[in-house]
Amino acid sequence: MNKQDCGILVVDDELIVRESLTKWFREDGFRVDSAESAAVALKKLQGQSWNLMLVDIKMPGMDGIELLQRVKEINKDLIIIMITAFASVDTAVKALKEGAYDYITKPIDPDYLDHLVEKALKQQQLTLENQRLRDTVSELSAGELIGDSPEIKKVVELIDTVAATDTTVMIRGESGTGKELVARAIHNKSPRRYFPIVTVNCGGMTETLLESELFGHERGAFTGAQYRRKGKVELADGGTLFLDEVGNVDAKTQMDLLRVIETKQFTRVGGTDVIKSDFRVICATNRNLEKAVKDGFFREDLYYRLNVFAIEVPPLRGRRGDVARLAHFFLEKYSLQMNKRIQSFSAEAMHALKGYDWPGNVRELENAVERAVVVSPGPTIERDHLPLQTLSAPQGNGKRLEDIERVHIEQVLRETAWNISRSASILDIDRVTLYHKIEKYGLKREP
Amino acid sequence: MSSIVVFPLGNVDPGVVQELSSALTETFHAEVGVRSEPVDLQQFYDHQRVQYNSTEIIRFLTGRFPVSPPVPRRQSADPKVLAVLPHDLFVPILTFVFGEAQLGGRIAVLSYHRLTNERYGLPPNPKLFRTRLRKEALHELGHAYGLIHCADQGCVMHASTDVDAIDIKGESFCASCSEFLRTAR
Repeated sequence: MNKQDCGILVVDDELIVRESLTKWFREDGFRVDSAESAAVALKKLQGQSWNLMLVDIKMPGMDGIELLQRVKEINKDLIIIMITAFASVDTAVKALKEGAYDYITKPIDPDYLDHLVEKALKQQQLTLENQRLRDTVSELSAGELIGDSPEIKKVVELIDTVAATDTTVMIRGESGTGKELVARAIHNKSPRRYFPIVTVNCGGMTETLLESELFGHERGAFTGAQYRRKGKVELADGGTLFLDEVGNVDAKTQMDLLRVIETKQFTRVGGTDVIKSDFRVICATNRNLEKAVKDGFFREDLYYRLNVFAIEVPPLRGRRGDVARLAHFFLEKYSLQMNKRIQSFSAEAMHALKGYDWPGNVRELENAVERAVVVSPGPTIERDHLPLQTLSAPQGNGKRLEDIERVHIEQVLRETAWNISRSASILDIDRVTLYHKIEKYGLKREP
Repeated sequence: MSSIVVFPLGNVDPGVVQELSSALTETFHAEVGVRSEPVDLQQFYDHQRVQYNSTEIIRFLTGRFPVSPPVPRRQSADPKVLAVLPHDLFVPILTFVFGEAQLGGRIAVLSYHRLTNERYGLPPNPKLFRTRLRKEALHELGHAYGLIHCADQGCVMHASTDVDAIDIKGESFCASCSEFLRTAR
């Protein structure tokens, strides 16, 4: 802690107190100033940044408690230590409830004063450092739509265009391309950003479960419904409802969805009250919805209601130029998270990354880099640190996406000795979806 | 060369004055003189706190040692004054102080009331007492020369709010504070 960078403001109507404390902290190397009243203190707060205030409770005009309340409204991080001539538990409790850091009585023990101020400033420093790190991590996480390729730039342009409107957006793209990130980017740039974005994963849910998830339920609506529960549509009021894997919604829920999107009204499962919710819809799918409509699996009216503004997120193999940048981005993210000093990829590792097809797209690349950061002793990621099974294209019987998916799932299941939860976690899908895929591909555990 | 005046207030042990004179001469390479004048200490006494107000003492000494008119192109020849007294000192907001000084000014005041082992129920230790006295005298005069508290625990300018802290810190100025003093003098 550099004391010269720390500002302390002493607020007391008694000159001698101001002079004594100012001198005390100045000798300690702090930047110090004083104010004879709450009004003067508020003016001084506007002019310069301060870390800590020592405030006398009893002052003519605005007293210390009122000043504390006002300051906390403006700057909640500022440390305020209250001073009073009389020890009063009531006043102390009130000050602490209003957000004061601590409370000291005159005359102050110099040793206690020094320790208290030092402790408070250290705590503030840690809090601010923690905040800065959180911001850094969140910036890094939020920036995953990075890339210089014309394909990703086009996506960003579309996001910017549609964000300011209330238009329904359909995001399409292969699994792992970052469809949810696009949805979040649209929400975060929209006027609805101060309200929540609520995600509903429509895949892998039974009809009744999805209905309850979307619309909530009343107490006793079904076995196990011990409490009334709000649904995602209600929770998204004012914000955005993100329907992920919307192509997997069953016929009945498709009808309910169409109705709620058009009327913005619904009733909870087992309830009779009509509830209104103002939300914007963004949905995502990796299915060919046009074919689903043609085959009769998806309602045409719902399709047109959802497919107002379409954004196609390109697969990673379609924008190979972004692989290096994304890989470095994930490297920085996971090195920071794991507190490891790994700064680069060897030329061989980068060559392998650029040459791979990435059927799992950006998610697969992220997982590969995360795993490499775990195993690499640093300072460079070598080719051997990258998981081999992701670097050699799965040996299937054909080139269809389904063939590649089957082989990949089989590999992961073998790796985890058929631990379904662990495999689902690695594949970043839910267990129900994994069971569906095991059944679909007829996968069986080897004896 | 700058000069320092040691100014005993009240019934100060002559050994204390002698100890201070030699420590200050040795450390600051300054002419150190002693000036004794009768001063009524009652004017600084607070009956409620049973302590002497160090801020008032400094104010009094500022009047007793007026600043000379400035001479162009010459550094001030006014001496630094270190008043010393056996009584407990306070500043109104704090419970006590070992001493007080004008930061970058001329006057410093030091009490040896809390520097003796006897005060803490321990057997007398004249050597330890002399060490504490030297440290606190250098510390307060350091402030008068413009030094603030030093983060170096081995430096005499390290902050000390109890006698244990005085014992832990070093007896001399660190390289950085010494350099500051060299240019300040």
